Amino acid sequence: MNDKLKPGHEQYAEDLALYALGALEADSCAQLELHLKDCPACRSELAALRGDAALLALSVSGPAPPQRSRQRLLSAIGDIKKEQPVAVRAIPVRRPWWSFAPVFASLVLAVIAILLVRENTNLKQANEQLTAQMIKADKDSQKAREIMALITAQDAVHVSLVSTGTPPPHVKTIYQPRTGRLCLMASNLAPLPAGKTYELWLIPKSGAPMPAGLFKPDAHGMAMMMPENPEVPAWTDLKAFAVTVEPEGGTTTPTMPIVLMGSGQ
Amino acid sequence: MLVERLRASDEGAMAQLYDRYSGIVYSVALRVLNDTGAAEDVLQEVFLQLWRNPGVFDSSRGSLGAWLSVIARNRAIDALRKRKPVTDFENVILSVECNLESEAGRKVSIEKARAALTKVPADQRKALELAFFQGLTHTEIAAKTGEPLGTIKTRIRAALTALRKAMIEK
Repeated sequence: MNDKLKPGHEQYAEDLALYALGALEADSCAQLELHLKDCPACRSELAALRGDAALLALSVSGPAPPQRSRQRLLSAIGDIKKEQPVAVRAIPVRRPWWSFAPVFASLVLAVIAILLVRENTNLKQANEQLTAQMIKADKDSQKAREIMALITAQDAVHVSLVSTGTPPPHVKTIYQPRTGRLCLMASNLAPLPAGKTYELWLIPKSGAPMPAGLFKPDAHGMAMMMPENPEVPAWTDLKAFAVTVEPEGGTTTPTMPIVLMGSGQ
Repeated sequence: MLVERLRASDEGAMAQLYDRYSGIVYSVALRVLNDTGAAEDVLQEVFLQLWRNPGVFDSSRGSLGAWLSVIARNRAIDALRKRKPVTDFENVILSVECNLESEAGRKVSIEKARAALTKVPADQRKALELAFFQGLTHTEIAAKTGEPLGTIKTRIRAALTALRKAMIEK
């Protein structure tokens, strides 16, 4: 056996024997196959080793195959012969309309699937929006409950705050229609420019405003006036009082703007 | 020649080939698989493959009977290991000096092979049969027998050498 191998190829002898039987491990196979490509002597030895292995196969004794196997094989061969291609002219066949039904059904299903996916996406978005709104409403409701609880709490202290700047002027008039007498008390009045005075006007329900007296504030913005001789006729129907800033000595008709005004009602 | 007639899709030729070699093919498959149904399947497959593609057998390379027996063994091993067929029909090239075509020639060759096998030392024969009939690799045989890898390699090689020598001597 070794005499068939080239000198130096003895190293492959055992692997060739294993390879002939299919008993060589895969990693060694790759290396041997690479060598076999370029070595006719080793290829020849491999064929001889396979022949030896065939002797092993021939040595096996056993029963004959069942008779049905022969019939089975010959039937199969007959079927294969029938299947062999025969030159036939291809005849274009017009397909009936209903043969496209599966294709059409597939397309319809695909469209429905797309619509369902889109609808599902929209529903998801709407659901997310509703959830967000519910969370916000819940927060708002919680805040309203907290405010109401504070307002109605027995032990809460209520404090009103006013401006910390110049307090607004405050004028109070007391008028007696029956006699035509009147009195004015004022506080927080703004200082007047030089040559100017405040003038009180009685505005009747009908007719032009009537001058009702002059007054000036002191250094603290306080003023008080009660004319000795009423300038306003008795039984005048009062609508309102107004104050304007007028030249020293007063006028008979008010000069706009009205700086203070109070209804008689 | 029968193989030439196979190429012409002669069913009669296939029937003759079957009658001639089905016993060898079936016996090998049955020895490997130990299952009559599975062996029958291998028998069908081997002959159908030859029918479909008679060109896979190169008559200049040796006996069709020996070639079929090796193909049957390889397919049976594939079935035994439940793997996809890895045997490539075209790649199985073997040379064997025996006459299997005639009934008398087959009987003589088979008897010679059996006699030759009895001359192979038992340990070598065991390693060879584990590889051939059970499809074990030399690593698997070493693990199964508890012998070193190198010993298994040497025994298999020596078994094939002894078999060949015994065939020539007779």
